[in-house]
Amino acid sequence: MRYADKVAVDALSLTVEPGTVTAVLGPNGAGKTTTLETCEGYRRPQGGTVRVLGLDPVRDRAALLPRIGVMLQSGGAWSGVRATEMLRHVARLHAHPLDVGLLVERLGLDECGRTPYRRLSGGQQQRLGLAMALVGRPELVFVDEPTAGMDPGVRRDVWDLVGELRDDGVTVVLTTHYMDEAERLADRIHILDHGRLVASGTPLELTRGGSTATIRLVVTQPFPPGAPESLREALGPGTQVTQLDALSLLVTGPADASTLARVSRWCEEQGVLPESLALGQRNLEDVFLDLTGRGLQEVGEP
Amino acid sequence: MSAQAGTGTFAPSPGAAPLWRQVGAQASMEARLMLRNGEQLLLAVVIPVLVLVGGVRGAERVGLDFSRPAVDIFTPGVLALAVMSTAFTSLAIATGFERRYGVIKRLGSSPLSRTGLLLGKVLALLAVETVQVVLVAAVGAALGWSPTSSVSAVVAAVVALMLGTAAFASLGLLLAGSLRAEATLAAANLVYLLLLAGGAVVLPTSAYGSFGEVVTYLPSGALGEAMRTAFDATAGQTAYAVKELLVLVVWAVVGAAATARTFTWE
Repeated sequence: MRYADKVAVDALSLTVEPGTVTAVLGPNGAGKTTTLETCEGYRRPQGGTVRVLGLDPVRDRAALLPRIGVMLQSGGAWSGVRATEMLRHVARLHAHPLDVGLLVERLGLDECGRTPYRRLSGGQQQRLGLAMALVGRPELVFVDEPTAGMDPGVRRDVWDLVGELRDDGVTVVLTTHYMDEAERLADRIHILDHGRLVASGTPLELTRGGSTATIRLVVTQPFPPGAPESLREALGPGTQVTQLDALSLLVTGPADASTLARVSRWCEEQGVLPESLALGQRNLEDVFLDLTGRGLQEVGEP
Repeated sequence: MSAQAGTGTFAPSPGAAPLWRQVGAQASMEARLMLRNGEQLLLAVVIPVLVLVGGVRGAERVGLDFSRPAVDIFTPGVLALAVMSTAFTSLAIATGFERRYGVIKRLGSSPLSRTGLLLGKVLALLAVETVQVVLVAAVGAALGWSPTSSVSAVVAAVVALMLGTAAFASLGLLLAGSLRAEATLAAANLVYLLLLAGGAVVLPTSAYGSFGEVVTYLPSGALGEAMRTAFDATAGQTAYAVKELLVLVVWAVVGAAATARTFTWE
């Protein structure tokens, strides 16, 4: 498929389907920005092949650049320029730009007024960066940490905008360290760590983790001795029971409709009173922790 | 792909504007930013005009005796100074901060090519220099400057200004491409002050005594002398200072070659 955007970094290879939103997740130094900048033609790959819209980002740069939109992680405008002035300038470099007024309104840039770029807030600079990436009506946009430093309300507006981009046929590749952002926006998520792809899939595929369920049991009084073993026996093979502390247990394993009932029957037999019994899917945070051994928030990019 | 046939607000319709429109946009943007910036304006217009008025008035007061009216000596020199301030100092500082703020990187992912960016910068420089020349010449005229207004004198002056722009711009970019933005700011201003005082840009080389021969090999001295020769009514000979113009060519070539080897866009 000639529209496919093939991306290769180090020993990893990943492909982005047209008209989808792809999130690249990973801790600092995982290679997210490097991957993006290689696709944007800023970096020449030392090995392997990169094809974006069927083009070589370095050799075919002149042909590729008009077709893509790029949002840098920071900066990208003159220190003394006004937001709408900068946006209008980038629009003039393109053949059929979007209406600048429309983008200004959608991204709330009118509030910037005549303030020079260097005195805009971080969130305002981010929104201008996103507007600059979109104004040329690209087929494919690369956005690096699109909502870092934005207010929650504005973040939701940006999320809506990304959804609208996909509906209108724009392919979006974004990096983020916000789990909720990736889960909500992305059709596919690629998790990078140390320059390698550690997992790929839809948010559902990644969080489902097969048919594994997690049950968290908290009781009012300490468990009797040997409680984990007896619970494991009651639930059958394939189940793991981990005692988290004196009052709570974590059960992971294959789950069906009877699992919760069996756990509560076991409590009755042991004479312990459950304070809470929660059945949960793994969230992306758990997946990430499993794969990299680190939490995302502690390693999130600035 | 049916996704491409979308008709929504953001339906893709990519494409680059024609090169001339991109270059025009870039040039007008850069020229506007330069003229809007207070410090740059001070350097581009206020200081040259002060030097011109101060120089002419001062020469009259202390009875400095050149072979010709002071205003005829000072005006071509201040035109040279104006070009130096824009093509060297302003360009270096602006480019240094463009690198710092990621402007060049950002434009690097837009349809604007590096050639287009460079063309835009050159046009912006020429636009600002035109404003400066008109202003300085007007102030000079108000002070009694009456240059040889022959076509050949004007052509010789334009040639000198172009070569001077090329030489100073290549040196300015060399500086901006190899130092941090703050260091570029400091160095560009320092070099400007040193050349203003000791570079024979405003004062003729004859004012520097035995040192005068040496300073004609500086881009500042070469440009200053070339401008004075172009407007030298008493010479009645060629309006081209051949040696000085060659010196400017050499600086431009050396500067451009060094810049091409060292400049990084980020």
